[in-house]
Amino acid sequence: MSNLIKGETGEWEVVIGLEIHAQVVSNAKLFSGAATAFGAEPNTQVSFVDAGFPGMLPVINRFCVEQAIKTGLGIEGKVNETSVFDRKNYFYADLPQGYQISQYQQPIVSGGTVQLDMKDGSTRKIGVTRLHLEQDAGKSLHDQHPSQSYIDLNRSGVALMEIVSEPEMRSAEEAGAYIKKLRSILRYLGTCDGNMEEGSLRCDCNVSVRKPGAAFGTRTETKNVNSVRYVMQAIEYEARRQIEVIEGGGEIKQETRLFDPNKGTTRPMRSKEHAHDYRYFPDPDLLPLELDPKWIADLKNGLPELPDARKARYVADYKLTPYDAGVLVAEQETAQFYETVAKGRDPKLAANWVTTELFGALNRTGKAIQDSPVTARALGGLIDLISDGTISGRIAKEVFEAMVETGKEAAAIVEEKGLRQVSDTGAIEKAIDEVMAKNQDKVAEYRAGKDKLLGFFVGQTMKATGGKANPAMLNDLLKKKLAG
Amino acid sequence: MSLDKDTVRKVATLARIKVPDADLDNMAKELSGVLGWIEQLNEVDVTGVEPMTSVAKMKLTMRADDVTDGGDAETVTQNAPEGAHGFFVVPKVVE
Amino acid sequence: MAALTHMTIAEARAALKAKKISSAELTSAHLKAMEETRGLNAFVTETPERAKADAARADAVLAKGEGGSLEGIPLGIKDLFCTEGILTTAGSHILDGFKPPYESTVSAKLWQAGAVMLGKLNMDEFAMGSSNITSHHGPVKNPWRKKGGNAELVPGGSSGGSAAAVAARAVMGATATDTGGSIRQPAAFTGTVGIKPTYGRCSRWGIVAFASSLDQAGPIARTVLDSAIMLQAMSGYDPKDSTSANLPVPNFEAAVERGVKGLKIGIPKEYRLDGAPKEIIDLWEKGIAWLKDAGATTVEISLPHTKYALPVYYVIAPAEASSNLARYDGVRFGLRVPGKTLDEMYENTRAAGFGAEVKRRVLIGTYVLSAGYYDAYYLRAQRVRSLILRDFTEAYRQVDAILTPATPSAAFAIGEKSDDPVAMYLNDVFTVTANLAGLPGISVPGGLNADGLPLGLQVIGRAFDEETVFAVGRALEKAANFTAMPEGLR
Repeated sequence: MSNLIKGETGEWEVVIGLEIHAQVVSNAKLFSGAATAFGAEPNTQVSFVDAGFPGMLPVINRFCVEQAIKTGLGIEGKVNETSVFDRKNYFYADLPQGYQISQYQQPIVSGGTVQLDMKDGSTRKIGVTRLHLEQDAGKSLHDQHPSQSYIDLNRSGVALMEIVSEPEMRSAEEAGAYIKKLRSILRYLGTCDGNMEEGSLRCDCNVSVRKPGAAFGTRTETKNVNSVRYVMQAIEYEARRQIEVIEGGGEIKQETRLFDPNKGTTRPMRSKEHAHDYRYFPDPDLLPLELDPKWIADLKNGLPELPDARKARYVADYKLTPYDAGVLVAEQETAQFYETVAKGRDPKLAANWVTTELFGALNRTGKAIQDSPVTARALGGLIDLISDGTISGRIAKEVFEAMVETGKEAAAIVEEKGLRQVSDTGAIEKAIDEVMAKNQDKVAEYRAGKDKLLGFFVGQTMKATGGKANPAMLNDLLKKKLAG
Repeated sequence: MSLDKDTVRKVATLARIKVPDADLDNMAKELSGVLGWIEQLNEVDVTGVEPMTSVAKMKLTMRADDVTDGGDAETVTQNAPEGAHGFFVVPKVVE
Repeated sequence: MAALTHMTIAEARAALKAKKISSAELTSAHLKAMEETRGLNAFVTETPERAKADAARADAVLAKGEGGSLEGIPLGIKDLFCTEGILTTAGSHILDGFKPPYESTVSAKLWQAGAVMLGKLNMDEFAMGSSNITSHHGPVKNPWRKKGGNAELVPGGSSGGSAAAVAARAVMGATATDTGGSIRQPAAFTGTVGIKPTYGRCSRWGIVAFASSLDQAGPIARTVLDSAIMLQAMSGYDPKDSTSANLPVPNFEAAVERGVKGLKIGIPKEYRLDGAPKEIIDLWEKGIAWLKDAGATTVEISLPHTKYALPVYYVIAPAEASSNLARYDGVRFGLRVPGKTLDEMYENTRAAGFGAEVKRRVLIGTYVLSAGYYDAYYLRAQRVRSLILRDFTEAYRQVDAILTPATPSAAFAIGEKSDDPVAMYLNDVFTVTANLAGLPGISVPGGLNADGLPLGLQVIGRAFDEETVFAVGRALEKAANFTAMPEGLR
């Protein structure tokens, strides 16, 4: 598959690296005991440490460190036994200390891999350069007052993992797949809830273009894009913009840009016009972070089965297609649901029901799988009725709809509506006889060689049995009787 | 090392301290004097010497993930020169 | 009642326990002294009402035969310590009106021990200075004058208000902080005792930060025993300070009279500076003789990187300060000078809020950390700092403590040395090494110079061995028998 973009001067390759800021799931902040919950009243989750008051000092939250280690292990990175917290110095209204505590030269995790599942079923590995821990900044509200910005420090000091990829993605689609897979891993690990609308996962997109095989072009960084769709839009826009600039004889400026979700465009960020000089140096209020190798080993042993491993298992054990397996493992809840349905049943049939009928119903009702109107056990019950011949696959769809509506068990609905499949030879023969008696002309035509009419007889007979006739039996009996 | 006016201006901007143009020369002279004196450190052979990272020969202690602080917006904002509706207030920032 | 302000903490404590005096009497005598010595400008904020309430509470506790180690003892607090609900300015205009909603760990420990709060003591702005002339609240004056002279002298800095108030008998003891000599140098200039403990011994939580890897709190008092009593109460592990040492605090009081018999005292040859005043060298020689008489042996040692300590300090301290002082931006507390844009507001606020010396150091610190200079300045300084620490580690293989002069001169006149920053920085030449290496150091008055001004001797110990420092300090104190007082108090 070619990812090249056609310009006036020929084809261009887009080069993408992503910096993901993932908010760590924790009760309290990275260096203070204030809460991290989303949506609180302004400045109600702020300690004097978070507000940069005089004499306040950071003390690290062990659980946040644990979350970073788990994430590092989850992306197959190297967890460094010694890492260092540095101060990144700059002035901004929502940065109360005048510096952000981050990790610069010695991050907690070096290296790593994220495997992309592409739509065509292929996979591709994207390298992760590093993962480090840092504090989030507060929030500036610019639209509350004509001449003032309002500052809420609730988010100030919340632990973030910055996960930096290698510039190895070559299309917006790959970038989208990268974020989806990383988010899936983070959710499996329980280290980030991945909620992009609430800002728990934010993405900075580094984009440049080049002629295939040429050296990297100058990149721009589009900041804080907060949905997969927007990331893809921002990349598409940026790539085309850059190509246009270069083809028009211009040069790309290395700059920070902002994505406008309304227009689907990017523009330079005014507040970042000053050349930055962050003056990193080790934070003298903290000591180097030294990790006990046993702690790392214990965390490694306790890791859950991650999406890639689960997908491989589905393909190997359940014989699912890589695509279906990928869909089922993307969310832990879906995978769990599927496994409950598949247990002791035909795994492919189970996969079909989950990915088509169930997903369809969830889409229609706008419900998450955790709140599915049909439980995994109930869906299993329905599949059992198909497998033991109680109902046909066609009737099963009708039963399923009733289950979605009423929340009742499949067996109960089948009984209630009398949908049990008719497998009684006598009853089916009787229905065939009636249909043949009514349509003697067609019988004659059939017998004269018009085989196509078999479908007509199947349909009529099925109709006569209220759709409940066992289709295989019906077929057999009908053919025999028509043959005379 | 002698600093010129432009460097002083640049450093003052980084530090967000307004230095009137008229003071730049004098400031450059003073800072150059101090930096020149500091440069005697170049005499020291530091080959193979690790930079000191912490005075305290201790292990970093970590706290439990408990909410023990915050929950008092009024106290956090009571010293602020300007505030509104529980927020801190600054001149409008254009992103 | 004059006698009350001349008591040591140890004496007053015994008298309070024995109910010979009350804390109310002791406190009101000091409040009166505080008023009478206002000319020194030692206080930024006086808290007489709080003092009286503290004293009444202490008397009630004492009446029950209970009480902490400082029950009823009136003290002053350097304005660098955040005190809950009480103006805390760090000597700076930029902290105008700042009333912390919290209490520093060290001052809280003093109140737990029963101490009485007299007020907040003046200091160099953000503790940057060696003469207390950089305070936004004006210079502090040394209660000492030259014999026959009338010129006003500096009390040293940055804890100049603490040292002056203790020397003037306005407080029985005071908290102070020491980043490059800010406890020991003013103690030496005022004939008082000041100890900077090992880095990590006292919590830094709630103390306005100057240079985080160097700042340490400690007491200034009039005797070695008093300084031990105070440090005992101030010390201890604090889970809120990641650099605080999780070690038990030894019994400092008990160590004071331990004696020096059998101790090996190092005399660093590099501290014999070219051109050092004879009176300084003479006092040092005296100190050596006193310790020998008391049963110690002295050994010449070498601390070869001593001469680089000040330049190292003037890279690291400003670098850390430039970052620590970034939070003074006019948004959440203190001064705000309006501006049309956010950056303009920052620049106006910080230009008006910081004094000349603070600006100078913030700019130096910003410069040495900036792109292209970090390796040449900051990283190199941290490497040389490692060598300075190594010098001490080597020396402590053969000696138990080190004896040096505390300062290169006696107190000088207000206005002297103020036009050349580097000349001013040289005040800390003997004290700054202990900060860079994180070691405990005490300054003890050794005598008067020809002008009748006090001079101090410094004892530097091993990390977390304040006990030996107190024992050696006490031996010097005993031998020096320093009883001189500023003229007005005699």
